[in-house]
Amino acid sequence: MISIIQQFGQAYLYSDGYQMTGVAMTLWLLLLSVAIGFCLAIPLAIARNARSPFINIPVWIYTFLFRGTPLYVQLLIIYTGIYSLDAIQHTPALNAFFRQGFNCTILAFALNTAAYTTEIFAGAIKSTPFGEIEAARALGMSRVTLYRRIILPSALRRALPTYSNEVILMLHATTLAFTATVPDILKVARDANSATYDSFDAFGLAALLYLIISFVLIGIFRRAERHYLAFLRP
Amino acid sequence: MRPHGTVFPATRTIKVRPMLSLQGYGPQIWDGTLTTIELSLGSLALSFALGLLGAAGKLSKQPIAQMLATIYTTIIRGIPDLVLMLLLFFSLQIWLNELTDYLGWDQINLDPFTAGIITLGFIYGAYFTETFRGAFMAVPKGQGEAALSLGMNKNLVFRRILFPQMMRFALPGLANNWQVILKATALVSIIGLSDVIKATQDAGRSTFRMFFFSVLAALIYLVLTVLSNGVIKLLERRYAVGVRKMTI
Repeated sequence: MISIIQQFGQAYLYSDGYQMTGVAMTLWLLLLSVAIGFCLAIPLAIARNARSPFINIPVWIYTFLFRGTPLYVQLLIIYTGIYSLDAIQHTPALNAFFRQGFNCTILAFALNTAAYTTEIFAGAIKSTPFGEIEAARALGMSRVTLYRRIILPSALRRALPTYSNEVILMLHATTLAFTATVPDILKVARDANSATYDSFDAFGLAALLYLIISFVLIGIFRRAERHYLAFLRP
Repeated sequence: MRPHGTVFPATRTIKVRPMLSLQGYGPQIWDGTLTTIELSLGSLALSFALGLLGAAGKLSKQPIAQMLATIYTTIIRGIPDLVLMLLLFFSLQIWLNELTDYLGWDQINLDPFTAGIITLGFIYGAYFTETFRGAFMAVPKGQGEAALSLGMNKNLVFRRILFPQMMRFALPGLANNWQVILKATALVSIIGLSDVIKATQDAGRSTFRMFFFSVLAALIYLVLTVLSNGVIKLLERRYAVGVRKMTI
């Protein structure tokens, strides 16, 4: 254990001397994918609740496809599948984008978490008490103001407990990044394992780091819930 | 309608149609799909049992059982499944070797399939524990008390009264967990099991059609998800027998 920490400790935490690795990489992956996913999910969740089937059915198909298949398969399609297509390799911009494992990982993660988040937010929007909407309409609010001032603030608050769950699951999902050569915590652990054959310590250290990150995230979300859902407390 | 007495040609050979042969990789992919299904069902059975055990621990009055169950669910749910899988997969064999050495037995080699079932079952047992705990608490207390007062022993109360009613509350959570397990089996190819992912990746690599075969893997998972949704619907109807739907 001590020798692994001496040899790989820095790589586990932030850098192996060449690039960002370990905890820093995992957190960066998580932050980017969750942020992109969040920004995609809000318009999609509104579209999912649209009355017109031309708007809500495509969104339903998107969430169905991404929630019905494993993230690993989605990553494989994006990382190895798309890059093997001739059309992609012969377009310089796309070629440059898909050649980087990091870009593919972020794309797959963001699309995946956006699908789950869309369903979470759509459910929360749907459960808005109708009286609130009626009251806002009676005050003459436009659709945009209605969403911005009434529906979204209350829906996002109601979605917070479920959303925090999704973020934790996304943290767990970032472990797949190593399959696309992104040096996250698990990649360092695998390197440490193959260098020392001390599997339990190498992966145990990674497990400990993930456990700590999970607990910190849970703590942050608990505080956020106490703050934003204060009106629900007895 | 076919008239009676139609004679089938005697030389009816079963041929794999060219479309299904997938450049010769059809059988491998089919085997991989079966492995994935078996793996998910095996893990489901194990995590179901562990979940019941964990829920019993969490709801028991003994502080030690409570603490053990709480540690189990907290730690397992805080660590990514892939990390646990690698940790357990590599360590299980070492522990098993130490155990067999200690007992003086021959070495037992864990194949990836068994290791996969054990690790997935152990991981998702923690999630099932939480589902079952919530469901048991949702069964009205009077039900168990009434059964006890009729002279049923604890076993019988569990089997005839608590379990069937608990299942109705647990089903939505179980369905969710099942979908997660099914998708988590995709990770087992990373520890070397030749499941549907491994088969499609091999096929893609040697035919240079990665995109096609990766999408095929996704489609297979999609079909499995849709099929299991149907089964869940049937189960929900079965366990909701005798419950009146709210109508206004």
